[in-house]
Amino acid sequence: MALKDKIADVFNEPGCDKNQAKSEKARKKGCSKPLVPGAAAGGCAFDGAKIALQPITDVAHLVHGPLACEGNGWDNRHAASSGPTLYRLGMTTDLSELDIVMGEGEKKLYRAVKEIASRYAPPAIFVYQTCVTALIGDDIEAVCKHASEKLGLPVIPVNAPGFAGSKNLGNKLAGETLLDYVIGTMEPEHEPGPTDINILGEYNLSGELWQVKPLFEALGIRIHACISGDARYREVASAHRASVNMMVCSAALINLARKMQERWDIPFFEGSFYGIADTSDALRQTARLLVSRGAPDDLVERTELLISREEARAWARIEPYRKRLAGKRVLLYTGGVKSWSVVSALQEIGMEIVGTSVRKSTEEDKARIETIMDDPHMYDAIPPRDMYRMLKDCEADIMLSGGRTQFIALKAKVPWLDINQERHFAYAGYDGMVELVRQLALAIHNPVWGHVRAPAPWDGEGRVSLAPPLRGEGQGEWQRQSRSQSAQPSEPLAAAPRVNPLPAPEAEARGEQDQPSRASKRRFAGHEAQDLGEC
Amino acid sequence: MSASHAANVAHPTKSLSVNPLKSSAPLGAAMAYLGVADSIPLFHGSQGCTAFALVLMVRHYKESIPIQTTAMNEVSTILGCADHVEEALLNLKARVKPRLIGICSTALVETRGEDMKGDLALVRERRKDELAGTKVVLASTPDFSGALEEGWSKAVTAMIDELVERPAVRTTRLKHVNILAGVHQTPADVGQIRDLVESFGLTPVILPDISGSLAGVVPDGWVPTSYGGVTLEEIAAMGASRLTIAIGEHMRAPAARLADLTGVPIEVLDRITGLSSVDRLVNLLSEISGQPVPARIRRRRDELVDVMLDAHFHLGGKRLAIAAEPDLLYALSATLGELGAETVVALTTGSSSPSLVKVPGPVAVGDLGDLERLAGEREADLFVTHSHGRQASERLGLPLMRAGFPIFDRLGAQHRLLAGYEGTRNLFIETANIFLAEHHAPTPAALAPLLTSTEDAHDHAPAQAH
Repeated sequence: MALKDKIADVFNEPGCDKNQAKSEKARKKGCSKPLVPGAAAGGCAFDGAKIALQPITDVAHLVHGPLACEGNGWDNRHAASSGPTLYRLGMTTDLSELDIVMGEGEKKLYRAVKEIASRYAPPAIFVYQTCVTALIGDDIEAVCKHASEKLGLPVIPVNAPGFAGSKNLGNKLAGETLLDYVIGTMEPEHEPGPTDINILGEYNLSGELWQVKPLFEALGIRIHACISGDARYREVASAHRASVNMMVCSAALINLARKMQERWDIPFFEGSFYGIADTSDALRQTARLLVSRGAPDDLVERTELLISREEARAWARIEPYRKRLAGKRVLLYTGGVKSWSVVSALQEIGMEIVGTSVRKSTEEDKARIETIMDDPHMYDAIPPRDMYRMLKDCEADIMLSGGRTQFIALKAKVPWLDINQERHFAYAGYDGMVELVRQLALAIHNPVWGHVRAPAPWDGEGRVSLAPPLRGEGQGEWQRQSRSQSAQPSEPLAAAPRVNPLPAPEAEARGEQDQPSRASKRRFAGHEAQDLGEC
Repeated sequence: MSASHAANVAHPTKSLSVNPLKSSAPLGAAMAYLGVADSIPLFHGSQGCTAFALVLMVRHYKESIPIQTTAMNEVSTILGCADHVEEALLNLKARVKPRLIGICSTALVETRGEDMKGDLALVRERRKDELAGTKVVLASTPDFSGALEEGWSKAVTAMIDELVERPAVRTTRLKHVNILAGVHQTPADVGQIRDLVESFGLTPVILPDISGSLAGVVPDGWVPTSYGGVTLEEIAAMGASRLTIAIGEHMRAPAARLADLTGVPIEVLDRITGLSSVDRLVNLLSEISGQPVPARIRRRRDELVDVMLDAHFHLGGKRLAIAAEPDLLYALSATLGELGAETVVALTTGSSSPSLVKVPGPVAVGDLGDLERLAGEREADLFVTHSHGRQASERLGLPLMRAGFPIFDRLGAQHRLLAGYEGTRNLFIETANIFLAEHHAPTPAALAPLLTSTEDAHDHAPAQAH
């Protein structure tokens, strides 16, 4: 299918409620909003396709294009692997001007594929199309087909050039690639059982898959293929043998879930591992669907037992943080599932959600926010300037967002926690929620905020205020020395230390630990610096 | 890129690049624009080109980076790009009100091939009123040609072309010195250069000045453009400066252009790391200012000499595997070579830089896959490259000293000082400390005098018989 038709097909997604709510004409237009030159942000379709497929750990990912597509972006996400590391190599044909002018692209691509096959012997090679190679008409499908035959291994074209659209479209085109070339092409290593499931749209960032996998295993449920976190090629290629699909990232791979249901009769549900109630719900739905597919009836009961045990344990571990976090206000700036899935847990421990963004959320996401929040402030996109003002005016005690908006919070000197792909902590499942709460408490109560919010003790011209600030009790010795010297000008300087014993150790320790004392605040009148310490 | 290749540089033709060393040319151009106050770089390409570059710069500098995109799509690429450029300029002007918009073209629009300069001239004329108060500069920086050095250098040349005034009667400001800083200078390096120049009573005009914008600033309000940097007024007056000092061979072209346009004489310093190289810069500043070298600087030199004495024990005979863009590669390999460290693997991003001839030892154009392989073959002791060298470092169990761009897995990339006496001192201390940390306590086995058969196989003869 040509790329154009493919995109039209992906956009016309019966599984997408947003799409189905549109008129026939509007549906034809697709769901990508036109980007505004000079006011756009976000990744391209190639980026999206790569995000969705790169976590397959034992295959080679080769980017066919000029340098920047791979050179500026490789090995940049924390999609973890429990074994192979081949997926972390940044491979590109690095097309030069000469290659483009001479039309050498396809030949170079073939040679690159051949070299990878002989040097690394991977179970498969994914080849990514980019804008330039699409523009000059390099037929990567034909090259891949030829290479597959010649080399005797699957060489899979991923036709999602950047200019086709957004990251989200790229996710979906990656799903199409798996349907067209991968899933259903191999049989599983192990005999498929009645409790095998696939998880779609989970990329094992910071190892989050490993926070939930043991929960399934404790119930005797086997994760056959995670698409694509910590996946092996064969697991994905034989994913059609699983009994149930769980779709994690709502908008990303819905086409994959729906078409797997069509083709192989695998029922799917949408769920999330962020938040305690959502994790429980995911386990519950999995069990229910598996039983409907022939798993033993007692699975439902065993699941409820596990849920009540794990929920109780999680809440018990969160309880100590309640006092420190109750009443603190959170601004959530993320998208999709996360816009609501952590809300309930944060509210449960008494935090206040002052706003959540729904930029990438579906109507269903929004409806859920309505039901769980009393007075939901839903933002579409907040312009950086407004976000800065909100934070500077202390409308929130902490912002939870992705790396892009990190510096808006930090420059406004407001605590910030990363909950997107570059985060270093795993927040999935019951343990993940406990970790998130712990990190929230650490971030909000870090003593750094008091220090950095205090203005420098001088004015715009560098003139220090007359009453010296930032000086604890018992300091200011040199002034007393000067006074005593001027009173007794004949006394030698060397005598000075005798009349000024060193400060007692406990005074020193206090000086270091305390926020600047009341006295120093008084002296530093006008700035009221420390009042900003906890906004 | 020039077709001429330096004599000692191997440029193998490869179909597959594994673990690229290069970052793209438009990214280098964007960094250069960010060294100008109240500016915003604009990538002319698909939005992904911007997103990848943006994320990488944010991870390196740990700063919010204002870069925008013309958001080309399939249709606009085929039908023509001028509308997108015009719309982007007007949107940026209305939303951000920058004083400078620096356009960097990408492979996408350059492959299509169109008269961007002509289109831009038309837009400027047609939108004169809307764009009043904002300068627009265009650099042609396709990703398929060159890397950071090329992009940075082209953007600086473009700014000189567009922004430097050429009065009919030339006046000279005797105390003003133009500094054309290279892309391998960190914000801390640029700050060091400023201090050095000022200590002679001279006024530096630094283009680009990333020490003002990317060194870490916490402004009082929200700033949607670059945080600081050289002002348009200072750039305009560069033609009246006494002298232009360019740092690194990749800054020779912009310096020459400035000389052509304004007649300001140029001095290209191939590096400002390493004792004798810093001496040259200090001598030059003393000569043009007529001032003796300040005591503070003389003390820094003494300290450096002392550190060299202390550090040479640990660097002598060490085998380095370095991968960097040409001017940084030269500065690092030559400087560390001054304490007896040998560069056994030298990889770079392009073959045309004159700096490569001066790198001690053979140089090849290659990627980090080559670095890993060659470091193993040639029994290197230390990797010197950017953060992506971490994979090779882990696999071979060799230490990695991070240098260049991007450095995303360590803090303080912008504060890392490698220029001047202090920067050279830092470099020697840091390198020596890596070897000190790697030092293993003696064991009987390691020191056993009699050869066993397995050791026999590994024993290699001295490189040269005396």
